[in-house]
Amino acid sequence: MEKKSNRVLSAIESVCYKFRYLFLILYVALMVIVPFLDIKLVHAQVIILIGVYAMLGMGLNVLIGYTGLVSLGHAGFYAIGAYTCALLETKLGVNFWLALVASGVLTAFIGFLLGLPSLRLSGSYLSIVTLGFCEIVTMILKQWESVTNGNYGVRNIKQPVFFGIKLDMYNGGLIVLMLVLCLIVGVASLAIRNSNAGRAFRAIKDDELAANMMGIHVSRYKIMSFVISAFITGIAGGFYCVTRNYIEPGSFNFDVSILILSVVIIGGLGTIRGMVFGAAILQLFPQVFRFLDEWRYVVYGLLLIVMMRFRPQGLLGWQSTQPYHLSKKTKQILEADGGTSEPLEAAGKTEGGSEQ
Amino acid sequence: MSAFVGSVINGIALGMAYALIAVGYSLVFGILRLINFAHGSIYAFGAYMVFLFVTLKLGFLPAIIVSVILSGLLAFLMDKVTLEPLRKKGSDTIAYLITTVGVSFVITNVLSLEAVFGSQRRLFPSTNLFGSIRIGNLTIQSSQIIMFVAALILMLIMTYVVNKTKMGLSMRAVEQNGRAARLVGVNVNRVISFTFFLGGASAAIAGALINGYYQSISPTMGTTIGLKAFAAAVVGGIGVLHGSVVGGLVVGVGECIAAQYLGSNVRDPMAFVILIIILIIKPNGLFGKKGITKV
Amino acid sequence: MSGFLEVSHIKMQFGGLAAVDDVTMHVDKGEIVSLIGPNGAGKTTVFNMLTGVYNITSGEMSFEGQDLKSMIPQDIVKIGISRTFQNLRLFPKMRVIENVLVGTHVRTKYNFWDSLLRTPRFRREEAEHTARVIQILRSIGMDGMRNSFVNSLPYGDQRKVEIARAIATDAKLILLDEPAAGMNPAESEELLRFIRELRDKGYTILLIEHDMSVVMNISDRIYVLDHGKLIAEGLPQEIANNPKVIEAYLGGEQKNVKNN
Repeated sequence: MEKKSNRVLSAIESVCYKFRYLFLILYVALMVIVPFLDIKLVHAQVIILIGVYAMLGMGLNVLIGYTGLVSLGHAGFYAIGAYTCALLETKLGVNFWLALVASGVLTAFIGFLLGLPSLRLSGSYLSIVTLGFCEIVTMILKQWESVTNGNYGVRNIKQPVFFGIKLDMYNGGLIVLMLVLCLIVGVASLAIRNSNAGRAFRAIKDDELAANMMGIHVSRYKIMSFVISAFITGIAGGFYCVTRNYIEPGSFNFDVSILILSVVIIGGLGTIRGMVFGAAILQLFPQVFRFLDEWRYVVYGLLLIVMMRFRPQGLLGWQSTQPYHLSKKTKQILEADGGTSEPLEAAGKTEGGSEQ
Repeated sequence: MSAFVGSVINGIALGMAYALIAVGYSLVFGILRLINFAHGSIYAFGAYMVFLFVTLKLGFLPAIIVSVILSGLLAFLMDKVTLEPLRKKGSDTIAYLITTVGVSFVITNVLSLEAVFGSQRRLFPSTNLFGSIRIGNLTIQSSQIIMFVAALILMLIMTYVVNKTKMGLSMRAVEQNGRAARLVGVNVNRVISFTFFLGGASAAIAGALINGYYQSISPTMGTTIGLKAFAAAVVGGIGVLHGSVVGGLVVGVGECIAAQYLGSNVRDPMAFVILIIILIIKPNGLFGKKGITKV
Repeated sequence: MSGFLEVSHIKMQFGGLAAVDDVTMHVDKGEIVSLIGPNGAGKTTVFNMLTGVYNITSGEMSFEGQDLKSMIPQDIVKIGISRTFQNLRLFPKMRVIENVLVGTHVRTKYNFWDSLLRTPRFRREEAEHTARVIQILRSIGMDGMRNSFVNSLPYGDQRKVEIARAIATDAKLILLDEPAAGMNPAESEELLRFIRELRDKGYTILLIEHDMSVVMNISDRIYVLDHGKLIAEGLPQEIANNPKVIEAYLGGEQKNVKNN
């Protein structure tokens, strides 16, 4: 049963891989079309939230999916990103684009600080510290009234302006911005994954000691993945704040951390496709299951339990059956060596071991 | 000055009750290396069961006893139905974690159903049975004294169970080395079940004591208090019972002083401020055993 | 003198137990040297000391004149010592080719921004490393599996991947911890041939082996360890006839101590 579903998924994967440039073109085309579509406000809000949570998922994915560090406090980073952007805009009148970058940078710096204890604490203890970090962030937001307006939150956040065009919910501008940001974050995540640093992250996740013995500076890479994860989450927060008129400390509590975590887990740990899918499912779930009324969250809980039992790798998480991508340069080197770049079977050996 | 002494006394009473919840986290974490996020919801369940049976005119003490048994059973069932299959499969830690989050969602939201108790706050029977004592301009309510004394007695019983009984010995064996314990004939699954039962039962008592003092309950109250109690367990050192007591007291007193002088926003996060400071100084908590890393 | 690998009087104390006691040995460039002994003799401990897993209690170790004692594992890999593990420590959720690419980590010069922006420097270096890794996989007969995930491979193949990963670090000295364990006779025969080839290409090998017969015809020299102490050293022939070694092995069978 499970094997069969995997075969179907990998068939879909190979089709997607074949037409990946087509999908990219369609994606870009979508950005162009969106402003001309007449999207209702309620729908626009859901679409934007899917994008925000896809980005949040991608941010947390760097930490959990790549490096294997479980954060239960990503709402804290999310809050820092959102508040930085909102406060810079409303209090200092900083331009949105600058404020967005500042959100990412400041959140990344906080990520660096939170990464420091990760060197001394292992596994679950680190998760607890991140959980506490989020509680403390919301406390500071409530308490530091002179800057954050405390429980009242930040109001009247202005929408971004792009070359004289105001991007808002009605003209589809915010959706286009969301699509652009998701694309950048997604492509960057993939670029990181398929590089020296990405391999180091995944090696640490699989076997920390072996990674250490292969010359990987484990502590440096752990902090680095905290920084990258926080940066992405901060950007998502900065974007989120301009899609709302106001933000308040209560929007960034433990439940939000768990929601971000659920996106990553349900979508498929370590994958980008999974983040988008997970975000879509979790944002649409309350809408689609509106008829369940107050039973919705009981069902949600049950789904989490069932899923962990029968498909813990996430709905779209599976080991790729596509061959490892060799760059043109690699092939050139191999072929110049008088050979082929195709995998060579050893003499007298047959394909052994089945893919999982 | 009396405000300070008042918040310390308040903190000590609350802290002892936190210790009762913390024990559940501590024992489970010690054995399974798992943060049981459903524990807070079991605490809420326990409080609601007391509320239910008191409303059914069962009397306060019998209501507590029934609630303790039901909560213990709920915790036990949760492990049997949701966690044991994962252990058989050898799942990743994160699968356990999300499962307990799922269980917590289910329990909390079933409690909030209109047909069950509803999501609004309810009045909880007071445990302020003997009025209050006045010393100078300091008032100590009898509910606080009851909370402290009852929690203390229970912690002593629990210490006895863990240190002196055969089941306690098995628990410690499984905590230190599950595989070795199994090899010498300890029934690991039974130990785990017992641990969950014990944790659920003590959380229910804490639910009666704490809410008897605050006199109000809501289905979602378990989350915050659960996180605080977990912080207390880690501050004291996981797997150490007296650690839970000290952790509970530190967190309880810390939050009451913080609430008194810095405002109510600081009350709940204080537990985590303390937690992070302690973990940075002592990565295994105040009384935690030193972790052994194997190569 | 400062030779290739020089180890003198090293000691590793765990509490009251000396797992390795006063071991002195050396490995010259281009040699295949074996470290043998019964289970629990302290062979793996010596590897852990050489590669910086443990801080040694006393003694001196140096590699090409550089003091190993104060080095962290990362630096030891950088100066050219790499190892495999007795109980396989691969990265199970990564592909074979990615596992071996992790070996090139210490030789990678491009930085994070290069990889994010896919600069020419990134592309060139990544291509060179990947091509080299594929060549290593070919030489050990594992190229056909390069796309597989390690957790789907049979045990013997996983051992080969681990050796390939050690080679990919550009090590001059490769420490192999029971490389033939879990292989069938034909596979281990093939492996021994591969180890010889490595030596011919200029690598130096230090080999741990439990089974004496395996190492007899491959080693240039052999050290024998028992209960943490060096009890014999010499050419294979000398070791085979050494009464102390024979006693250690027969005695070792009866005691059957296992702590590594």
